[in-house]
Amino acid sequence: MKTLSISSRILKEIFRDKKTLAMIFIIPIIVMALMSYVFKSYNSTDINIGTVNISQQVESNLTKVKNVNVKEFKNEKSAENALRDNYIDSFIIYKNNDYKMVHANIDASKTSMTTAALSSALTQTSLKNMSTTLAKISPVKQHQPKIHLTNEYKYGSSKTNFFDKMMPTLMAFFVFFFVFLTSGMALLKERTSGTLDRLLATPVKRSEIIFGYSLSYGLMAVFQTIIIVLFTIKVLDIEVVGSIWLILLTTFLLSLVAIAAGLLLSTFVKSEFQLMQFIPLVVIPQIFFSGLIPLNSLDNWAKVLSFIFPIKYASEAISNVMMRGFTFTGIVIELIVIILFIAILTFINIIGLKRYRKV
Amino acid sequence: MTDKIISINNLKKKYGKQVVLNNVSFEVDYGQIVGLIGPSGAGKSTIIKLTLGMEKADSGNSEVFGIHMPNRKILSKMGYMAQSDSLYNSLSARENLLFFAKMRELKKEDLDSEIERVSKVVDLTDQLDKKVDNFSGGMKRRLSLAIALLGNPQLLILDEPTVGIDPVLRKNIWTELGKLRDNGCSILVTTHVMDEAELTDRVALLIDGNIIADDAPNNLKQQYDVDSIENVFMKAEGDM
Ligand SMILES: Nc1ncnc2c1ncn2[C@@H]1O[C@H](COP(=O)(O)OP(=O)(O)O)[C@@H](O)[C@H]1O
Ligand SMILES: [Mg+2]
Repeated sequence: MKTLSISSRILKEIFRDKKTLAMIFIIPIIVMALMSYVFKSYNSTDINIGTVNISQQVESNLTKVKNVNVKEFKNEKSAENALRDNYIDSFIIYKNNDYKMVHANIDASKTSMTTAALSSALTQTSLKNMSTTLAKISPVKQHQPKIHLTNEYKYGSSKTNFFDKMMPTLMAFFVFFFVFLTSGMALLKERTSGTLDRLLATPVKRSEIIFGYSLSYGLMAVFQTIIIVLFTIKVLDIEVVGSIWLILLTTFLLSLVAIAAGLLLSTFVKSEFQLMQFIPLVVIPQIFFSGLIPLNSLDNWAKVLSFIFPIKYASEAISNVMMRGFTFTGIVIELIVIILFIAILTFINIIGLKRYRKV
Repeated sequence: MTDKIISINNLKKKYGKQVVLNNVSFEVDYGQIVGLIGPSGAGKSTIIKLTLGMEKADSGNSEVFGIHMPNRKILSKMGYMAQSDSLYNSLSARENLLFFAKMRELKKEDLDSEIERVSKVVDLTDQLDKKVDNFSGGMKRRLSLAIALLGNPQLLILDEPTVGIDPVLRKNIWTELGKLRDNGCSILVTTHVMDEAELTDRVALLIDGNIIADDAPNNLKQQYDVDSIENVFMKAEGDM
C-alpha cells in the first residue's frame, strides 16, 4: 500500500520535471537516430566462406581473394549447419548449373565482401574458359554461357549495414543508461534534500521505499522501452526476425536492473556531480563488454569480466531474437541471469538503506 | 521501563575519531516541552537521530515510550521535523501533507480533516494548493511543522523549528507548541537561540557533546545567580 503511495508520488515528480522526461523519452531517440546516420560504412576482417560442389578452378580463384578463407562442405545441409553455428559467414553452392549464395548476413559488410569475392572468382574462371575456347574453335560467334547468381539473406537484405549489427546493443545500452541516470538522481535528491530522513522517520519499511522507486521508474521504463524499440524497428527500418514482445520483455527487465543499479550507486555518492563522475566507470565498460566489440577476440580475463555486465546478457538475447529469430526458450538463460541481477541489486539496496535508519 | 516518554542513557557516539556525544543521559517527561540548547555542532541533531533510531550509538541506549530504539513501528506515534525543510518541492503543500499522512499511517477517512486541521495551526489553509517551490522560507518551515503535527502524535521531536524565520512567526510557533503541550503532547525541541530556552519547561544545555546543565529555566537562573539562560551558558562554560 505504501509502495503504491511512494511510487505515485515519484511519478508526479517525474511528470512535473521536464528535464527528466526529456532524458527518458526524447534524448535516447535523438542519439539513436544520429548514430544510425553516422555508422554507414565499416571495414571488416576475414570472412569465412563455405563451398559445396564448386569446381576446382572457381575454388582456387576464390582462395586467392584477399581476406577470404574457404572451407569445403560435402552437402548443403552440413554447410547450413556450419552457417547456423557461426563457423562460416556465407556459403556458395553449385546446383542445377547455377551458383547460389547463402549468407548469415549478421554482419552486412561480410556479406558484400563474399558477393564481391565470388563474382571476381567467377569472372576470372569464365575469362579463362573463354580464351581457351576461342583458341580452340573457329572464330564463329559463340553464345556465352550465362552465370546466374542469387543471394539469399538469412537476416535483413543487401542493405543491412554495421548499424544493424550494433542495434541490439545500442538499444540495450540506451534503455540502461537513461533509466540508470534518472532513478539514481531521484534517490540522491531524496537524500540530499532531507526528505529521505523524514520518510525514514515514519514507520515505512525500507523495502517499501525501494519497491516504490522500482515500480515508478519501472513504469516509466515500460513506456521508454516501447518508444525506443518501436522507433528502432519502424522508423529506422530495422528488421526483426523473432518476436517484438520478447525484445520488449528483455529491455524491460534490463531497465529494472538499471533502476536498481542507479539506486545503489546513488547511495555511494554525495552529490549529482559525483554521480556524473561515476558514469564513465559504470557505463563505459558496459559498452565495450556488451557486444559492440566481438568478445571472442578478447583475452580470457576480459571474457570472464564480461559476465558481470548485465547489458551483455540483454544485448545477446535481443540480437538473437532480432536477427536469428530465437524464441523464448532460446533466450531464457539470459533472462534468468538478468532477473538474478535485479534480485541481488534490489536486496543490496534494501539492506543499504540501513545506513540511514537502523531498522 | 520508565515513566518517561524519552529516556536516554549514557549515549556515546563518535564519527571517525571525533567524539560527538560523550556519555549523554537525559529524559523527557510526559506533557512537557523540553529544550535541548547548544551552539551549532554541539551534537543536538545527533541526539535526535539516535533517539529516532536513524543512527546507532557506540554505547548506551535510548528508549521512547518505554521501547528500546531503534524500533520502526513506534515511529508512527512521533512527529518529526528535521532541521532542513525536507519537502518535495515539485508537489503542492497539500500533496506533501497527504503523502506524509499516508506514510504515518493515518486512517483514510481522517486524511482530509487532519490536513485541514494542521494547516490551520500553521496558517497555511489558503496556500495549500501552491507548489512548495513557490513558498517563502517561512512558509516552508510552517509546512514542515504541519507535517510533524499530522495525526496529533503524543510526541513531537523538532530539530530547530524556528531557525531562519521572522520573530513574529517564531513567537506564533512557540505559542502553538505551548497549546499542544497543554493538550497533553510531549515535545523535544532543539535550538541554538538562547532566549527560546525561557519558553520551555525544562532545558538541557549541551556543549561539545556534554550536557552541562539540565533543569527548569528558572531553577538554572537561580542556581547560577544570573538573569538569563544565555548567562547561565556563559557561566557554565566558564566552569568547565
Ligand atoms: N554523518 C556524520 N558524519 C560525520 N560527522 C558528523 C555527521 N553528523 C554530524 N557530524 C558531526 O557531529 C557534530 C555534531 O553535529 P550535529 O549533531 O549536527 O550538531 P548540531 O545539531 O548541534 O548543530 C558536528 O561536528 C558534525 O560535524
Ligand atoms: Mg543540528
